[in-house]
Amino acid sequence: MDRDAAFFEFVCRMGDNTLVLGHRVSEWCGHAPVLEEDIALANTALDLIGQTQMWLDLAGEIEGKGRSADDLAMLRDAWDFRNVLLAEQPNGDFGQTMMRQFLFDSFHLLMLEALEGSTDERVAGIAAKSVKEVRYHVERSGDTVIGLGDGTSESHTRMQAALDLLWPYVGEMFQSDEVDAAMVEAGIAPDPASLRPAYDTAVRGALADATLTVPESDFAHSGGKTGYRHSEHLGHILTQMQWLQRAYPGATW
Amino acid sequence: MYAQMVKSEAADDSAEAQAFQARIDAGDKIEPKDWMPAGYRKTLIRQIGQHAHSEIVGQLPEGNWVTRAPTLERKAILLAKVQDEAGHGLYLYCAAETLGVSRDELTEMLLDGRMKYSSIFNYPTLTWADMGAVGWLVDGAAIMNQVPLQRTSYGPYSRAMIRICKEESFHQRQGYDIMMKMAGGTEAQKKMAQDALNRFWYPSLMMFGPSDKDSVHSTQSMAWKIKMNTNDELRQKFVDQTVPQAEYLGLTVPDPDLTWNEEKGGYDFSEPDWSEFYDVLKGNGPCNTERLADRNKAWDDGKWVRDGLLAHAEKRAARKVAAE
Repeated sequence: MDRDAAFFEFVCRMGDNTLVLGHRVSEWCGHAPVLEEDIALANTALDLIGQTQMWLDLAGEIEGKGRSADDLAMLRDAWDFRNVLLAEQPNGDFGQTMMRQFLFDSFHLLMLEALEGSTDERVAGIAAKSVKEVRYHVERSGDTVIGLGDGTSESHTRMQAALDLLWPYVGEMFQSDEVDAAMVEAGIAPDPASLRPAYDTAVRGALADATLTVPESDFAHSGGKTGYRHSEHLGHILTQMQWLQRAYPGATW
Repeated sequence: MYAQMVKSEAADDSAEAQAFQARIDAGDKIEPKDWMPAGYRKTLIRQIGQHAHSEIVGQLPEGNWVTRAPTLERKAILLAKVQDEAGHGLYLYCAAETLGVSRDELTEMLLDGRMKYSSIFNYPTLTWADMGAVGWLVDGAAIMNQVPLQRTSYGPYSRAMIRICKEESFHQRQGYDIMMKMAGGTEAQKKMAQDALNRFWYPSLMMFGPSDKDSVHSTQSMAWKIKMNTNDELRQKFVDQTVPQAEYLGLTVPDPDLTWNEEKGGYDFSEPDWSEFYDVLKGNGPCNTERLADRNKAWDDGKWVRDGLLAHAEKRAARKVAAE
């Protein structure tokens, strides 16, 4: 795989993660358990969509075919999306949403911290901007997971169920492939597998504070970041997200 | 106007009440610890509460399009706007709390129907142009009322309004910007824009409440400077401002009797169908059932979260005490 093709893939992975997760979080709009959470969820979604604009702009630039961030977001089909499966998992209850957020944020922060040192200035610039937001995301999702895990017996049970459901989607974030190898070689991005020990330390520590038990199995679903096989959920996300652009081709909004 | 048909309590004629009225007449701000007539307090709680509830329920018709926004930028702007509205709700609940009512009590009253929210949020948002119409017309109508309320007599309410107005004018501009794109776009987009104006015009006029001649609550509220202008004054101002904006967009206001009246220096226009307005207030608007069901479901589904976080906070506090 040539360097630019790999670079495009990598940047799409970053942008599609924030796009799809931002979309999922935005589904909460107006329905949170308490007003402060409505504000916080909208804020998180807003940050993620803002990051998407930067990543997908860059992807279009690298590709060099004149596709804008909107073209990439609104006019690709599911097989061209490169987000991890975790990002497209349904919201479930508030606990499931916050567990998904925490498991992703913890990875996202480590990845962005590493990308701040990228040899590509554009990547380093986006990472430096995003990392400030994501530091807050992980603080908030971590505190919420701990609060609800170590809350009432009902909230504990729900958070354990969320962890059991989502843990099999953690491994994919750290699977390395030829795209990652090309990025490491170019000094653009770290090997995701290298981030796992720090992730385990941070996440297992918080989950212990939350009195939750990490599932024993390390089984990991995969297929999102390579685009080989997404879950059935992604197609439904796209039917909403892309509807106007598909129904009225060529219109400007 | 996000507060409609707010029932005003009567003033008493005690010496304290007269002194209070003199302070208001002199332009003083009333602060939470100051003496105030029970009626003033009650009326304000109703009005601020209704305004806060409107911000909260108002998230729903716009939230309806967040996942379908046509571009990343539009999605970001809409999210920011809905987030602002939740923030406005928060300021207003805080202002109401200074009068001795808790946010939870107000929420309960919204959820069981004892308190109202603005009639406008009981209308559906059916196309993307409705996001433009809501910003342009609904926020535009709200601003008409909120700008003068920055000078209202109750300090915390006035300060909340000052913050809110800064954001609302941005909301209205973004709504108009959507309308500009749509009205200058493809035939289908123009049709969407005209259709949105057709559906939102009269419900927007209703936001100001019934004509003053039918409004039993205005006089006392105006004396207390809780209400700064009459409903008809604000409605007239709104029409006079909005008609040229519609003309600029090349859209037609759905009122065949709309004419410029040189003598009064404003437009003559048709009244909305007030029987529809009263139907909406009684719960028979197109979306009343869904809006309240949505809010109730969010509150009920969130109970375990609120309980869980509270239990955790108590455990932490207990552990801290035990460690000391």
